[in-house]
Amino acid sequence: MIEILQVLIFGIVLGSIITLGAVGLSLLFGILRFANFAHGDMMTVGAYLALVFVAGLGWPIYAAFPMALAGGAVVAIAIDRVLYKRLRRTAPVILLISSFGVGLMLRSLVQFIWGPQSLVYEPGIQFPLEIFGLRIKPDHLVILAGVIILVILLHLFLQYTKMGKAMRAMSDNMDLAEITGIETERVIMWTWALGGALAAGAGIFLAMDTRLQPFMGWNMLLPVFAAAIMGGIGKPYGAIAGGMTVGIAEEMSTLFFSPAYKSAVAFALMVIILIVRPTGLFGGRSR
Amino acid sequence: MSLLEVNGIYGGYGGADILHGVELRVEPGEIVVIIGPNGAGKSTVMKAIFGLVPVREGRILFSGEEITNLRSSIIVRRGMSYVPQEYNVFPSLTVKENLEMGAFIRTDDFSEQLAHVFEIFPPLKDKRRQAAGLLSGGERQMVAIGRALMLTPRLLMLDEPTAGLSPQVVDLIFERIRTINDLGISFLMVEQNAKRALSFAHRGYLMTMGRSRFEDTGPNLLANPDVMEMFLGG
Ligand SMILES: Nc1ncnc2c1ncn2[C@@H]1O[C@H](COP(=O)(O)OP(=O)(O)OP(=O)(O)O)[C@@H](O)[C@H]1O
Ligand SMILES: [Mg+2]
Repeated sequence: MIEILQVLIFGIVLGSIITLGAVGLSLLFGILRFANFAHGDMMTVGAYLALVFVAGLGWPIYAAFPMALAGGAVVAIAIDRVLYKRLRRTAPVILLISSFGVGLMLRSLVQFIWGPQSLVYEPGIQFPLEIFGLRIKPDHLVILAGVIILVILLHLFLQYTKMGKAMRAMSDNMDLAEITGIETERVIMWTWALGGALAAGAGIFLAMDTRLQPFMGWNMLLPVFAAAIMGGIGKPYGAIAGGMTVGIAEEMSTLFFSPAYKSAVAFALMVIILIVRPTGLFGGRSR
Repeated sequence: MSLLEVNGIYGGYGGADILHGVELRVEPGEIVVIIGPNGAGKSTVMKAIFGLVPVREGRILFSGEEITNLRSSIIVRRGMSYVPQEYNVFPSLTVKENLEMGAFIRTDDFSEQLAHVFEIFPPLKDKRRQAAGLLSGGERQMVAIGRALMLTPRLLMLDEPTAGLSPQVVDLIFERIRTINDLGISFLMVEQNAKRALSFAHRGYLMTMGRSRFEDTGPNLLANPDVMEMFLGG
């Protein structure tokens, strides 16, 4: 029993990291209509940006965190200005392949600058707290709290700000948004900013949970996609449920199979859910 | 000066031309209706005016200024709004949010205009927190028109605003269009129900096969046997 609860805790932590990635991915898809294959690598970039402040400038991680989020947003906007903006009206498959290339470049850049070896923010081992026989690392609590705060902030942004409402409007109907007078390019910029910042956050939490490594985000792409699709791609709120489902399922599967099959479990779960509910857990867009 | 002037426009969706020299105009304060058989190009004219379909030849003037092939986001800022035939509300947004989106480019306080729209369409006020996608067809049309009103346009283009609505709701929509017109807003509308629309409008055009064929006051068009024959014969 304790063992199951212990794994559940790992699952919740992993799920919250996946959630953060999937929410951004889903938001981007809803508005730009393409699957951003560079999303995992944007997570990696965010994690390494935080390292610049932590290892380079000696800042504590909580101070580096908002800076890295801002950095992630800036990187995402810059990529959009340089590349995607020129491809706005092209077929989704071209955008998808382009994002694949962007991901590759970001990954190579990280490896070029920081090298292929794994790094950590703070050397040393964190001793887990013992609560009712469960081992919980303080970092796990930080990650969970961080994700909850970011998701709540995103929710407030989407529900109550003019820009957030315009994002939902554009994801409903791009053409109507245009003829209504919504400044679609400005909304797209904000969407990249949010997507980049959320990805950076996910990357930093992933690095806190494991280690920094140039492939860390790329390796998370499949579960992040599975979560976004499961939640009904284009629906950020669905991605929360999708992310938690995937994270918990992946960790729970280690009770039965080798951890090497984690990703396969995420994928299998996604396929099963899509067979039962073709538009995702909460009925995403069908158009 | 006419509010809107469409001078012999040709254009289409990239293939062969759909519009073959359409002529029409709207004077300030007028309600003008376009009738015609299915596929005549009525919706296409509106899209061409609003910059959504490329115009290959001809000119479109709004308040004397050329707007031919301008982007719709620019045209909307000049004081023209357009409500398409289908998918004309943001379904996952609430009624109030839909209206707010209509005012996206406004930086001033638009609460007065919002209250005004609620006054024109009282059912929207009660349902302001409901998702627009869950509304009835008539209510959705009210949301779409209300959203277009948020920028207080001088010209409102409505593509079949009463399609598929019950007779009572059609009456209500027509009545409200009259109310809005009394405030000085001009209308260019496409209508399927020719008799009803022509008796309601100040002027009308009959379009067939990408051309405007007849132009006259509503009653005259109705009384013209050629018009009815062309319309029905398509
Ligand atoms: N998006 C499009 N791409 C290509 N052709 C189109 C498109 N929309 C309409 N057409 C074609 O343009 C022609 C005119 O269509 P349009 O929608 O303007 O007719 P309409 O008069 O509005 O008809 P209805 O009364 O059915 O609404 C039709 O032959 C139609 O097939
Ligand atoms: Mg039409």
